[in-house]
Amino acid sequence: MKIKNILTYCFISSLFLFSLISIWKILVTLQGIELTNFNFNKLFTFGIVLCVINLLIGKKFNLNIKIILLALLFSIFDYFISINLPIWYSFGIFLISLFFFNSIKDYDKKFLSKNHSSQKLFFNFLTLFGITLFSFVILFPFYMMLVTSFKTQALLLLNPLDFSINFAQGLPELFKSYFIVFKDYNFGRYMLTSTIVSLGTVIITLIFAIPAAYAVARLNFFGKNFLSTSILIIYLFPAIVLVIPLYTIFSQLGLRNSIEGLLIVYTATTLPVAIYMLQGYFKSIPKELEEAGIIDGQNWLGIIFKIILPLSLPAISSVALYVFMIAWNEFLFSLMFLDRPNTFTLSRAIQFLNVGAETPRQYLMAGSVVVTLPILIIFVYFEKYLVSGLTAGSVKG
Amino acid sequence: MSTKLAKIEKRTAYLLILPSVLLVFSIILFPIFSNIWISFKNVELKDLRIPEPRAKKIVKSIKDNPNQIKVIYKLRNSSLTQEITNVKFRDKYPDNIEPISLNNKCQFNSNLLKCELGNWPKKYRENLEIVFQNTNNNEISKKRIKSYKPKLSGKSQNILLTYEFTLNNFKKVIKDKAFIDLLLTTFYYTFFGTIGAIVFGILAAQMVNQKFFGRTFMRSVLLFPYVAPVVALAYTWELLLDPTSGTLNNLLINYQIIDGPINLLGQKYVNLNILGFDFKLRLALTTVIIFEIWRYFPLAFLFILARLQAVPKELYEAADVDGANPIQKFLNITLPQILAVISILFMIRFIWNFNKFEDIFLLTGGASGTRTLPINVYQQGFSIGDIGMGSAVSIVIVVFLLIFMFIYFKLLGKRADEN
Repeated sequence: MKIKNILTYCFISSLFLFSLISIWKILVTLQGIELTNFNFNKLFTFGIVLCVINLLIGKKFNLNIKIILLALLFSIFDYFISINLPIWYSFGIFLISLFFFNSIKDYDKKFLSKNHSSQKLFFNFLTLFGITLFSFVILFPFYMMLVTSFKTQALLLLNPLDFSINFAQGLPELFKSYFIVFKDYNFGRYMLTSTIVSLGTVIITLIFAIPAAYAVARLNFFGKNFLSTSILIIYLFPAIVLVIPLYTIFSQLGLRNSIEGLLIVYTATTLPVAIYMLQGYFKSIPKELEEAGIIDGQNWLGIIFKIILPLSLPAISSVALYVFMIAWNEFLFSLMFLDRPNTFTLSRAIQFLNVGAETPRQYLMAGSVVVTLPILIIFVYFEKYLVSGLTAGSVKG
Repeated sequence: MSTKLAKIEKRTAYLLILPSVLLVFSIILFPIFSNIWISFKNVELKDLRIPEPRAKKIVKSIKDNPNQIKVIYKLRNSSLTQEITNVKFRDKYPDNIEPISLNNKCQFNSNLLKCELGNWPKKYRENLEIVFQNTNNNEISKKRIKSYKPKLSGKSQNILLTYEFTLNNFKKVIKDKAFIDLLLTTFYYTFFGTIGAIVFGILAAQMVNQKFFGRTFMRSVLLFPYVAPVVALAYTWELLLDPTSGTLNNLLINYQIIDGPINLLGQKYVNLNILGFDFKLRLALTTVIIFEIWRYFPLAFLFILARLQAVPKELYEAADVDGANPIQKFLNITLPQILAVISILFMIRFIWNFNKFEDIFLLTGGASGTRTLPINVYQQGFSIGDIGMGSAVSIVIVVFLLIFMFIYFKLLGKRADEN
């Protein structure tokens, strides 16, 4: 029992250390530094040795000194088996092993004789490793998008693994792709169109949705239940089944290639979810407030404007941000309805860039950054509202 | 009194919902029904343009005769496929000018030239020549004559509004040899995309549910793929996976994990040998599914995390007292608690993944074995240009969708009963 625990402890810990080191090595490789071997055998064996030492020392002297000593030992070992690497690489290794030995400092013989200690250990490491891996896998494409936009075609082809940013070349040179994208590819115009379309959709959707949601939440009328269930059903119908009839109708009415056409479609497709989200919130507002308003002689409009709206600002912001996000990111309808460059939205323009003649990839990525950055900034800044919007409107996507 | 109030309330309610209902009806419900109509018709992309009678006006001066001028109208039917009936023509002229001779189709009356041009078959062309002379001695201004634009009108049959129907579209959809493959691809993509997103969602939620440094930041980061625009992400992935200059292939070659580059988005099959069994993996499809999982696991994560945070801590403490191990705790406490969320998530994601168009379209365009039903709608309707066929495929999607929705609402109803 105890032997089994000690073996799993050594094996899992060392594997975890090796995985962390490997992720670091991949990151280093992506800075354009030549590194072709993970050195699995040597590092893994040495890791096991160090884990055993850690176990043997236990809590016999100051834990901090133990951590630093072990980390130093590991870094020096790694330094000797890898050749010609910059000093910051070894420093990174040192920090990682510091972090690692810090997380196993409390494990001693006593801990390992407890029940389920190996499973606990396993899950602790899995969590730590998972967090690292998830962050890497999620963030890497975004990082790559950004760095590629700072490069030139020649540099990209020379070493596809070099993702370092060269600040020495000066800012104008660094942001060259952005200047070109805005100047030669008209991205300023597309950005304006995207902003107008998204903001327009938000405003029109709210103007339509707030009264309707209020009616569904508060007023009694024939067909109310039918209406609230059909909202959900309509919401589940995807854009792809609307595309052909809307395309035919819009081409015959001459609404294609117009911002108005896009606004109508975006509003209609986001209305059901907006109504659904808002009516849920309106229902949670105490009825007494409105009754007080009626006694004060307010009519329905007054009640909506003076009582409901101020109270439901958080919900309205959620809906607004969510609708903005949908409209900004929308692709299918803009692909179908827009084929003249002067009406393009950002998403459509980037697709046009990619399909058209060989566009250098740094321009494509600069365009991608231009379309991604605003939405990410809005997301991080208003996270609370947007997350509640996402959860409520989750069915869409 | 109370009935009067109720009546007012009802009227207000209808007034408040009317704009939304009208808009949703015309942009969502009406198109869904017109899909059925179109799917029984033989319509092509080029038929959608309404045929127009057109005229180009050319003004020519006549040699040695400044008092006369010749006007030529080049008339044509803009449509290559349809006839225009009952074409009418009118054009304005300045004062002091009249035609010398007119054919019997046309009349000239107080500066107005009117013609009844009859029926024009498809691709019809004709030149109409009229010579004018001035009635006083002023010089004829060519510029003024040119400044008036002729107006034409005519009736044409709108192919969408005729009562000719055909079953050919549906026959073609079902008889297509690739139809079974199309369905299988769609289900494969939908099923594994959904399951994968939920599994990774559970993993991520489990991780973030523990306390660690930078947890709130981690939660934001995990949602990035879901909130960022699909166009940007798809193209970034395309560069990442590119066989020659892509990062992933170069990285794997650099660490000697693979010998040569793999075209992850352009290769239909890859032969794998696992435990002595040879089998073919749909490579491009798998890559597209991985992208799908990457993009949509955040949503599952968000839901499951919200549910996990509501699980009472006492349950875990009790399990600790009983000496349960982490796996037992997950299987016996966490999983039953999140099962309801998972089943609803599964249905919703299944429905949406089934209809997902953008992701595959941007990554592969439906090539190398990644053609799903939504991609087929686009290809039939817009690449091939057969609107009727595209509509018929949409109808197939709608039928599946209705089945899924039926199951979903049954499930939702059952859940509601249980609580």
